[in-house]
Amino acid sequence: MLCSICKEKTATVHLTQIVGDKMQKLDLCEDCAKAKGINDPTSFGLADLDLVLGLGASQQIEQAAGGVELKCPRCGFTQADFKKSGRLGCPECYQTFAEGLGGLLKTMHKGTRHVGKAPEALRQSRDLSDRMKTLQNKLAKAIKDENFEQAAILRDEIKQMGECPPTPKNLAK
Amino acid sequence: MKRQGRAARAAADGSASRPCQEMILTGYMQDIHTFLSTPAELARRHGPHDRIVMSSRVRLARNLKDAVFPGWAKKPERVRVLDLIRPAIEGLSEMKDAFSEAMDNLGALDKQILVERHLISREHAAKSAGSGLVFSRDETFCVMINEEDHLRMQALRPGLQLCQVWDAIDHLDSELEKKLDYAFDNELGYLTACPTNLGTAIRVSAMLHLPGLVLAEQINPIIQSVNKLGLAVRGLYGEGTEALGNVFQVSNQMTLGESESAIVERLEKVLSQIIEHEENARQTLLEKKPKMVYNHIGRAYGILANAHSISSKETMNLLSLMRLGVDMELFPGTERSLVDELFLTTQPAHLQRQISDKLSAEERDLVRADMLRNRLKDVSRPVARPRGEGPRPDKPAGV
Repeated sequence: MLCSICKEKTATVHLTQIVGDKMQKLDLCEDCAKAKGINDPTSFGLADLDLVLGLGASQQIEQAAGGVELKCPRCGFTQADFKKSGRLGCPECYQTFAEGLGGLLKTMHKGTRHVGKAPEALRQSRDLSDRMKTLQNKLAKAIKDENFEQAAILRDEIKQMGECPPTPKNLAK
Repeated sequence: MKRQGRAARAAADGSASRPCQEMILTGYMQDIHTFLSTPAELARRHGPHDRIVMSSRVRLARNLKDAVFPGWAKKPERVRVLDLIRPAIEGLSEMKDAFSEAMDNLGALDKQILVERHLISREHAAKSAGSGLVFSRDETFCVMINEEDHLRMQALRPGLQLCQVWDAIDHLDSELEKKLDYAFDNELGYLTACPTNLGTAIRVSAMLHLPGLVLAEQINPIIQSVNKLGLAVRGLYGEGTEALGNVFQVSNQMTLGESESAIVERLEKVLSQIIEHEENARQTLLEKKPKMVYNHIGRAYGILANAHSISSKETMNLLSLMRLGVDMELFPGTERSLVDELFLTTQPAHLQRQISDKLSAEERDLVRADMLRNRLKDVSRPVARPRGEGPRPDKPAGV
């Protein structure tokens, strides 16, 4: 059996993990195992889940790319590197490999859109765009219902928001 | 200590005279050595439900927007990132008087001690140039720099306090965010080196001591049902297949699509159920199979207090039973903190630090047994209590 990572040497370290109902196996050669920090197989195991999932991810990316080797323009990271490490090269890699990662994230996580904390500056602009969307929906509904008085108020509000830069003060209003 | 740390770095830069440099460096290293040699304080702290929940931890991963992830970055880039991040962390109010060190300045034994204390990961212990570590003196906060991500920050507290721990690390992260430009995407959240951590990049976990469920042979169904809820159950150091000393680590696995507070709440709910199961298992064991329980605990005490050679693994498993005995009030006058302290001080690196770092595994087993006999000489053998006098259930005030 060949090593799952380098695909060159014979695998001597075998890891098995059961996640939920699924069993995942990983076979590594001594060198790759060492490179992954698995020095003592008896005390390792329960999950280098990252590693197992990483290998799956690289396959998905390969399929999505249709056999063409993708390379991150920012850091030079390739899908072959991803196969080796199960990790990405830089934040921009998420755009480079977006297509292949999309499907994988679905199987890996609860959702595909982030919910929760965001850096303060971004949180403000995100809140603002959410508010804008809500107002636009309300406006569309008001027009549909021929509630023109309400529509005019909403239109003015949207116009005002568009003119003002997103600051906490504006949001507070 | 921070002041000394800075002075030491200034000295290393060559901006101080040579004798001064040596003096400060030695002083600094001695301080962190001394600190790592005295773990007793850590084991003495208390928290809600600490009979069963040994500690609560929340870890956040963060990366800088304009930098390559540590695993792919070349050394100069890693050093640049370290030099950018380290002062930012040292300046936080949470990190007043913190220890701050570059990984290449720490010896193998110091690193191993930090692993045994759950302050750094095994992966981080293997790092050298371009990686660093800052941790508060009370070990409540710890930030690894250039581990798998640029920043891995954790808050750790005794007992079950996930909400408090999350609030604490959330605050530290918000303060740090003012100084550093994080890699964040509106759709994907915080961008991490591994896609499994994407989104909130949070890992919420608790270390549980579950000897009752293990003795009652109920642990496997519990682990399976916890797994089905998308939570991971691991061993003491996060990666051992075996849960040494009946200690299990329960944590979330998914990080994208669920908010931090929702994850914390979900885990708290599951944990409170596990606590209840463990309490019930202990109660039932005492009622239905008291002899079996006394036998296990009595033998554990017998070996720990009388052995002349004992491995680290056997020690952990027996100390776990002794801890259970303390909880069941079979060792009147003995504090749980004694057992918790021994849990830590009998581990290989801690033992070597106290005696000598040149001990072979066989020699360590002898020294470990000496230490246990010595520490347990004033603990009298466990009393078997008459039936019906069960210990008080775990109901700490204010929880």
